[in-house]
Amino acid sequence: MTDIVHFHRLSYRYGDSPDVLTDVSFRLGQGEMAFITGHSGAGKSTLLRLVALLSRPTRGQVVVNGINLSTLPRRRVPEFRQQIGIVFQSFNLLNDRTVHDNVALPLVIRGYRHQDIGRRVRAALDSVGLLGKEKMLPLMLSGGEQQRVGIARAIVTKPALLIADEPTGNLDPQMARDVMQVFERFHQAGVSVLVATHAIDLIRRMPHRILHLDHGRISQDSPSGFQDTAG
Amino acid sequence: MNGAERDGVRPPWLSRWTEHHARVMFTTLGRLWREPLSTLFTAAVIGITLALPAGLHVLVQNVRAISYSWEESLQASLFLKDSTSPEQGRALTQTLQRRPGVARAGYISREQSLAEFRELSGFGQALDLLQDNPLPAVIVITPRRELTREQLQQLMNEFSALPEVEIAKLDQKWLERLYAILAIVERVVYVIAALLALAVMVTVGNTIRLDIENRREEIMVMKLIGAPNSFIRRPFLYTGVWYGLLGGLIAWLLLYGALQALTGPALRLASLYESTHSLTGLSPASSLLMPGVGILLGILGSAWAVGRHLVKHEPS
Repeated sequence: MTDIVHFHRLSYRYGDSPDVLTDVSFRLGQGEMAFITGHSGAGKSTLLRLVALLSRPTRGQVVVNGINLSTLPRRRVPEFRQQIGIVFQSFNLLNDRTVHDNVALPLVIRGYRHQDIGRRVRAALDSVGLLGKEKMLPLMLSGGEQQRVGIARAIVTKPALLIADEPTGNLDPQMARDVMQVFERFHQAGVSVLVATHAIDLIRRMPHRILHLDHGRISQDSPSGFQDTAG
Repeated sequence: MNGAERDGVRPPWLSRWTEHHARVMFTTLGRLWREPLSTLFTAAVIGITLALPAGLHVLVQNVRAISYSWEESLQASLFLKDSTSPEQGRALTQTLQRRPGVARAGYISREQSLAEFRELSGFGQALDLLQDNPLPAVIVITPRRELTREQLQQLMNEFSALPEVEIAKLDQKWLERLYAILAIVERVVYVIAALLALAVMVTVGNTIRLDIENRREEIMVMKLIGAPNSFIRRPFLYTGVWYGLLGGLIAWLLLYGALQALTGPALRLASLYESTHSLTGLSPASSLLMPGVGILLGILGSAWAVGRHLVKHEPS
């Protein structure tokens, strides 16, 4: 199995401040699902930012989907970002556009045909259980539903890798569980999933690998969340 | 490999490109349409700004055309020496008539001059007191219209040098001066036009800048989900195009309206001067030019704003 994400001895810092990530190495296999946990400021978000090429590593290498991000020229960043699906804590939906238009955006960027877009958007919304809400504006939906729109937008292009930064951070427990189940379903459909979260209670019941970050280092890499991760 | 690429459902780039451009064209137009008041204000500012130099240009063209029609009455008078006999005068007139550059030459003898003067001046009885006829014989020359100012001047120099001629005088020196003034005014119009073109660009640029600020989050989200800069830039450029086009059309309407309003009075004025000159309006070419210039300035203005402000919004 080839790796979809490979961090090799990676360090990252903002300017002159101390390292946010220090000497981080790990691999995420194709089709694997993993959680990244840790306290606020442990470096979870930074790690995902590096995967999405929102930041570039200070030292070390990141290879995603066979592309070495350290050497990828700036102008090819958009093209790279199109290959992964990103889900955000604050949803990052365009509130003046309908649910349909939000989910359609990645397809519009890629230049899909109009009829094609409609079909794929409906399929994506169906997969997150929101079919029938296409015409609504995001703010008319609950937080959980908005996040599912965000997920639909991330997976509508059928990316090989789905990353999510605190996707349940703004949701109540029931909605958070629903959203995690959606990720689980995509994982079962063969998508590689990497989720940063501090909702330990939620993920401990799920049979997935957990990477625990502590002060910028991977302090624990448990193959299954059934183990006790409280250090 | 991207799943979508594997599907191979993306249409070829040309049809993708045209479909995308058509889509952006209509969505940006729709967005402007939904805010008719602010769109109209911006377009009106651009329109007025464009109409001003265009109006000045039309004005200069008309003054030039009117003065050119007066040029028909441009005449040179060659006052002959008293020593020149009527026969010599007539012979000279014949010679001059055949000269290149001369449209017509007419001889007015001393007696004819006197009779004409007597009739027109009202000093008839005073003239009777004089023993001699004080008026010289005159050859009236109408130069050809196609002569340039330099050629005309040269012709006048030659006339002055003729031994029979006392003084050669070109009427309507004022016309010369008018031309000189028009040449200056024309330059001024160009300078004003250049400055106002800059003003249009700044107007569009600033409007687009505000638009970019208002849509910061949208730009950020687009970048996050992999939109290339060209994709993000395009709606703003099209918005600039629409503003320019609308402004150009408004400018054309303003000018057309002004010309319509002025045609009546202008004809009346022309008839008072026994001229049939009517206002020269906008040719179809210059009618097309105005929206064209509007579009061009719109693109330049928005490209300037986009270039300066879009890069600021990198996702962080």
